[in-house]
Amino acid sequence: MSKTYLDYAATTPCDPKVVRAMSVYLKKDFGNPSSIHGFGQRASMALGGARQSLAEFLNCDTEEIVFTGSATEADNLAIFGTVRASKVPQPHIITSQIEHPAVLESFRELEKRGVKVTYLPVGADGVLQAVELKKALKPDTILVSIMYANNEIGTIQPIAEIGELIKKVSPKTLFHTDAVQAANFLDCDVKKLGVDLLTLSGHKIYGPKGVGALYVKRGTPIGPIMYGGGHERGLRSGTENVSGIVGLGQAIRELQNPKSKIHNIRTRQLRDKLIKTILKIIPGSRLNGSIFQRLPNNINISFDGAEGEAIVVALDQRGIAASTGSACSSGSLEPSHVLMSLGLPEEVAHGSLRLTLGRYTTAQDIEKVIRVLPGVIQKLRKISGYGQS
Amino acid sequence: MEYYSKKIIDRFLHPKNLGKIKDADGIGDTTNLRCGDLMKIYIKVDKEKEIIKEAKFETFGCGHAIAISDMICDLVRGKTFSEAVEIGYEAIAKEIGPIPPVKIHCAKLAQTAVRAAIEDYKNKKTKK
Repeated sequence: MSKTYLDYAATTPCDPKVVRAMSVYLKKDFGNPSSIHGFGQRASMALGGARQSLAEFLNCDTEEIVFTGSATEADNLAIFGTVRASKVPQPHIITSQIEHPAVLESFRELEKRGVKVTYLPVGADGVLQAVELKKALKPDTILVSIMYANNEIGTIQPIAEIGELIKKVSPKTLFHTDAVQAANFLDCDVKKLGVDLLTLSGHKIYGPKGVGALYVKRGTPIGPIMYGGGHERGLRSGTENVSGIVGLGQAIRELQNPKSKIHNIRTRQLRDKLIKTILKIIPGSRLNGSIFQRLPNNINISFDGAEGEAIVVALDQRGIAASTGSACSSGSLEPSHVLMSLGLPEEVAHGSLRLTLGRYTTAQDIEKVIRVLPGVIQKLRKISGYGQS
Repeated sequence: MEYYSKKIIDRFLHPKNLGKIKDADGIGDTTNLRCGDLMKIYIKVDKEKEIIKEAKFETFGCGHAIAISDMICDLVRGKTFSEAVEIGYEAIAKEIGPIPPVKIHCAKLAQTAVRAAIEDYKNKKTKK
């Protein structure tokens, strides 16, 4: 039904080159990489190639890459794996209030188990101030996990600055970042960022679903959360998802293609046009999150008197696929924890629409939103009685 | 089950009972504190028989909330108060089709709004 896809932050279609690279390892070279025969060795070589691609992208060694079944799993491994390996008797860990659930829920679980946790607030623009982190660091802080870019509002956190700060103030503290949303657009050089752990996902970067990766800096104390045959240097047992990993590797190579940079410039131009036009032609609308420290593909706008999910359903009926980070859709009914952390009133948090652009977004797609959205908002406002006495 | 059934979508896109009743006899105004939905049901009452003659709504909420508000207006029309207060999730689902579990609270909210509208009418009557 939907022809205009503006939900690239939820997932992306596979790049055709990714599909081609993967299919070889689903059919012809289907072997188990742990097998000694030719089938197995070809699969093992393929894993090595993908590992090499990720290592180049992250500017790290191949032995520092751990492939996982998803970015959620990589986040869990980073958090639970380092906390359990720590020798600090009463460990303290720090994250932000606007993390993805994969991180936030892991922290909440550890909190239940008695680990001391600090959830750092962000400013009204959705950006974390490094000084807030400085205040929270304690001698027994073993881990800081701050996302590189936010999935709902696209705000970019000053990861390199935070990395530097941690090294200076608390050099033993490990630093993890979830770079799932950032990887498409931002420099993920782990040395420049000063991180010990970094999470990537396949399906957000035109690769397949069901595969993620964790960068683990050499010497980082970490234990597995899954036990078995000792794959991935003992950190992630389970036969490797060979075609998925090959797909992830190919997707990463495509990100380094100079064409990708040109795409990103175009994406930003289209995005800026859409933001400006919506804010101009629809009264009672506002952009959530910083306009400057923001991924070039993200739009998150609230409309007074119109509820987010209703907007999404109405847009879908008109052939536009969008999303809302807030309420009801996630099954929790609570308004988006990210928007609430910006200090927005609840009704504003409920009325937000997220549009995320991508590689295949066209000027026509943007025109279509500009054509359709005002009518949708107007109608929902009529239904809610907004603006009438 | 589809998250949004055809019937729900249809009601959501083309509500029949949208708007205010200017000289309403009762108004039920409710909020779901958890999901933030707001529903307002307006009723017009046949005062002799105590039957709901007309019902309209205004809703700030998701597609289900809007479709269900519209549906409950249809269902309470022509009903006595004692019949109307009993109209809830089951009666609504019978007409509009199955509602996903996470949306059942929308039906409860609509029922609360109808009950509040009737209460409002009764309160106004006793004051007179």
